[in-house]
Amino acid sequence: MNVNVPPNAIPNAAQPLEWPEGALTRIPYWIYQSPEITALEQQRLFEGPVWNFLCLEAEVPKPGDYRVTAVGSMPVVVARDFDDEIYAFENRCAHRGALIALDQGGHARDFTCVYHAWNYDLKGNLKAVAFEDGVNGKGGMDKTFCRADHGPRKLRIANFCGLVFGSLSDDVPPIEEYLGDEVAAKIKRVLHKPVTVTGRFTQMLPNNWKLYFENVKDTYHASLLHTFFTTFRINRLSQRGGLVVSPNGGSHASFSFIDKANQENDYAAMGIRSDKEDFALKDQSLLDNADEFGDGCHMQILSVFPNLVLQQIQNALAVRQVLPKGQMETALNWTTFGFADDTPEMKTRRLRQNNLAGPAGYVSMEDGAVGGFVQRGVAAAGGERAVVEMGGSGTTGQGTRATEASVRGFWKCYRGLMGI
Amino acid sequence: MPGAITLERILALQAAYIRCIDSNALESWPDFFADPCLYVVTTAENRKAGFEAGIIYADTKGMLIDRIAALREANVYEKQSYRHILGLPNILKNGGDEAESETPFLVVRIMHDGQSDIFATGLYLDTYRVAGNDLKFSKRLVVCDSSRVDTLMALPL
Repeated sequence: MNVNVPPNAIPNAAQPLEWPEGALTRIPYWIYQSPEITALEQQRLFEGPVWNFLCLEAEVPKPGDYRVTAVGSMPVVVARDFDDEIYAFENRCAHRGALIALDQGGHARDFTCVYHAWNYDLKGNLKAVAFEDGVNGKGGMDKTFCRADHGPRKLRIANFCGLVFGSLSDDVPPIEEYLGDEVAAKIKRVLHKPVTVTGRFTQMLPNNWKLYFENVKDTYHASLLHTFFTTFRINRLSQRGGLVVSPNGGSHASFSFIDKANQENDYAAMGIRSDKEDFALKDQSLLDNADEFGDGCHMQILSVFPNLVLQQIQNALAVRQVLPKGQMETALNWTTFGFADDTPEMKTRRLRQNNLAGPAGYVSMEDGAVGGFVQRGVAAAGGERAVVEMGGSGTTGQGTRATEASVRGFWKCYRGLMGI
Repeated sequence: MPGAITLERILALQAAYIRCIDSNALESWPDFFADPCLYVVTTAENRKAGFEAGIIYADTKGMLIDRIAALREANVYEKQSYRHILGLPNILKNGGDEAESETPFLVVRIMHDGQSDIFATGLYLDTYRVAGNDLKFSKRLVVCDSSRVDTLMALPL
């Protein structure tokens, strides 16, 4: 068969990197697909004027304790030095670039790169170079070599309520300003006393990191995608909810309260209204919610741009760190926690309620998969765009969760940093 | 001793358990457990660190029943099935009416579009109890080798 294709009739497949019209209400799908965007995000966003969540302070409780974490694709060591301060530095030897710390965490007095034994203190300062003066008067480093001029990049640290954040930027605002008063207050509300880690795992998401971060901010989908509560006739209609968005748009908190009229009853007693025995939970201890923060708020999902989610679903508490792994995969690092003074009953309650979230979470197991549904759905649609107009085109909090304001807030913050 | 726990009974229970899940007879899955029981899906890293939280955590048979009801009636996920391949149970303790064993597993997940992947490997750390004529799990810790979990763990392991 002779196919006659005139020259230039096949359009160039390169994606346009111009944002479509519609400002914050349109999201082009190439933003989830382009390797160039992934590289640009590392420079302008993760290494830019943002606070990246690194780990919990409770994960490095004693001098010498360290955790390995990341800022976007940059491997990072967080360590508590013997001055009791927390430091973070790039996990990259100044000599040839090998990882300095090879495991996920532990306890150390210092770090020695395995490749050529260059040695670092817990602040990331280069302290010793093997054979610096040579052997038997031969070889060694030039006399002009100054160890202080060489070392991995260091991060600024902000510890807010036991959340350890790091930044590579000198221009990032102080953490309180970055979060804004409303989001900061919602963090303080949960992290008001010392925490104890109860579990840690990594959930691998088959999609670009932004699709997950948007999902967390998307208050519109919750009652539509997640049908656990409605299926089991757990009455949610009487709940009051709300949303706050940080001034920069990037961070948010959404929350819901049990209505005052029902406040005297516990969640289970008010919730189960089914006359169909089959649709009631056999074991209602899952819904045995304790109002531990004393404000009737039984669910609060909070995000801090660009990579933290703080979760309170009833008494199931967790932080989730969102880390891109290339443009098509994301690692979601879960750390579940309770408080150091939890009673045995509260410990058990949290262990049971952890069933509500995560890869097997009753309320939200769909969230891990839905980003992949989008990534697969838009495989050939780099030139098309999503429509995000629920609740108008603004980015400020509204007295309803039927809005995409916080999703638009994310893009406002993102585009400002990315310059696109 | 009549009704004593034997290797043969343990093998039969293990085989029936994986057949139940792999053949999508999940409604029978809770019946493999005593009540109360402990069923936890966790990872080797968490176990080593002494962390108690699980990806799935159930300490009553009612919670196991609820999990299957949620999968059948509430949760949204792509159609999929597992193929469990078990190693041999290593009997750690056998007191006749209570026993403990450790059994390696490999689970392949088959998605509706035909994609098959190794979904999980690990160890079943089991405690058995005789209940009437039946042998049940009073405790089943599913300890996955990897600290990484797939984006979705809909079906139990």
